[in-house]
Order: sequence, then C-alpha cells, then structure tokens
Amino acid sequence: MTTTSKVPLKDGIEGFVSDWSSDQRAFKGVPWGKAMMWIFLLSDTFIFSIFLISYMTARWSTVEPWPNTSEVFALTVNGVSVPLLLIAIMTFILITSSGTMAMAVRSGYQKKRRQAAALLYLTAVLGLSFVGMQAFEWSKLIEEGIRPWDNPFGARQFGSIFFMVTGFHGFHVSVGVIFLFLIARKVQRGDYDTGRRGFFTWQKGRYEIIETMGLYWHFVDLVWVFIFAFFYLW
Amino acid sequence: MAEEGQEHPISTYLWVWLLLFVLSAFSYAVDYVGFQGFTRWSLVLLFMFLKAYFICAVFMHMVWERMALVLALFIPTFSIIVFIGIMGFESDYTQLSRKVFFDTGKPAKVYAVPHSKSHSKDHSDEEDH
Repeated sequence: MTTTSKVPLKDGIEGFVSDWSSDQRAFKGVPWGKAMMWIFLLSDTFIFSIFLISYMTARWSTVEPWPNTSEVFALTVNGVSVPLLLIAIMTFILITSSGTMAMAVRSGYQKKRRQAAALLYLTAVLGLSFVGMQAFEWSKLIEEGIRPWDNPFGARQFGSIFFMVTGFHGFHVSVGVIFLFLIARKVQRGDYDTGRRGFFTWQKGRYEIIETMGLYWHFVDLVWVFIFAFFYLW
Repeated sequence: MAEEGQEHPISTYLWVWLLLFVLSAFSYAVDYVGFQGFTRWSLVLLFMFLKAYFICAVFMHMVWERMALVLALFIPTFSIIVFIGIMGFESDYTQLSRKVFFDTGKPAKVYAVPHSKSHSKDHSDEEDH
C-alpha cells in the first residue's frame, strides 16, 4: 500500500505530468479510500452547483419580487427581531464541528485513541444539533405558510428552492452524523489498533479512515458556506 | 513519507478555525448592518471565497497535496463557471419573454411582510386566495 518509489517524486507542474503519465497510480501518496472520497466529493460538488445554478436561474427569471430572506429567517428574541439569528448560530456550530473534526484527524494519526473518539463524538453531536435546528427552522417556516409551490412573501419558486437546497444539505449532514457515530465507536473500541474487521465490509480499517471521514465533513461545511452566502445573504 | 496520512501542527488548525469564525461573523455583519447593492454582494462573495479557500486549503489539506490531485479536482470544478454563464443568459431571456408576453399590466400582488402578525389580514381583501 505504501509508495515505495526509487525515484524521488517531482513537484509542481512537472510532478503533475509525471504522476498522470505514470503506471499503476496517478495520485501518489494518497490512500485509495481518500482518492475515492475526493472523486465522490467532486461529483457532489456538481450536484450542489446544479442546485445553486437552478436557484440563480429561478431568481433571475422571475418577474415577482424575491422574499426578503433577512426578514423571513429573522428570529424574535425578547420582542426584538434579529435577522438570520438561527442561521448564524447554525453556521457557527458547523464551523465548530469542522474544527473538532480536523483535530480528531490529527489525534487519530497520533494514535491517541480516546482523544480521537471524544472529538469524533463531539463532532457528531454538533452535527446532530445542526440538523435539529434545521428541523426547527423548517417547521417554523411551514407554520408561516411557506410551501414548495407557494408562499405569502414573494416569488413562488422561493419555497421549492429553499426546501430542495437546505433539505439536500441537511440530508448530507444527517448521513455524516451517522457515519461519525459509527467511526467514533470503532475508534473508541480500538478497532484500528487491534485490526478488528468491519461488520459490513469485513475489512480491517486504519486510522486514515478518520481523514477520509473528515474530508466529507469539511465538504458539508464548505457547501453550507455557499448556501449561506447565496441563499440567505444575497 | 512512511505514513500516507496528513499530520500538521495543532496551532495551524486553531488559527484557521479562529479565522473562519471571524470571517463568518463578518459575513453575518454584512446582513446585520444592512449593506445593499454592490457593497453587499461584493462583501458576501469575498468572505465566502475566503472561507471556502481556508476550508479547502487547510482543513481538507489541499495545500499539502500533490499537484496531480489538486488539478484533478479543480479543473472540473472551474468548468462550472461556463454553466453559470449559460444559465445566466438563459434566465435573462426567460425574464424578458415573461415581461413581453405575459405582463398583464395589472398591479403586482401584495405580499405579506414576514413576522407581522397581521399578514393574514393583508390577504383578506385579495380575491385570488
């Protein structure tokens, strides 16, 4: 599995050309699981881009006014309406979880089993609270009359775009939370030290799985950055 | 490199983490302060791209990866810009034809203001409900 190249690898553009034209593997120094996760994330990038581009097309082509997101997503605290409060809290929670994930990857490579597991559990719980807040937001908006086909505040497409984009992102977060709990449990039990085989693939796992998991989790955070900017702030 | 994994000092992560917090606070402030027009979207885009860059570069270890992987991921991603351009033209054209062929000349429907308790009242005098 490890790269045992007798010739030192070249860097930069020269390295890119020689890597891509080489035998066996193009992505040197990258475990196959990580390369596959990157390929998956690239395809996911396209899916989310298509969602955001269709949002752009709907918003630019409608002749009706677009609802003011700053007001629609406002939260009333002590009688004062604070714009986008819940969304801001969700953003900070997701960034926090990204930070704990990055540290879990580090602890994993240092074979600090308990620390890595604790950080993974923390990441999963933060992700879970994000999904919970999103469920709260959805129920609040449905109560106010926002539907995929209509809403009282402006252009009809607003509802369908909102539920589709945030729903698909929320689904990604939920799947991520499930896998975070699974991997946290494996790390806690010491599966990657004892070489215990997985219940589904029957393969031995390695600590690099945490980095692959981390890539997915950071990607979910990355997508949220774009949704936050284009959908909520625009 | 004996291990294939990525290992970096904890201070790097903590600094980037802090930076992402600050950038998020800034982009939220854009809405809170209530900037509009060019100032608004240029600031929103600036903070968005900075955040995206730091997440990709440090948290996803992009700056430490080999050029072969970086280009395999970024060349396809940048091709999305072409798609954005195409759909931008398309939506302009759609809006133009809606205005030219479907504009009835009637005043626009009155929309409710979010969170105003009386928005059900605002709708009572409209016949299209």
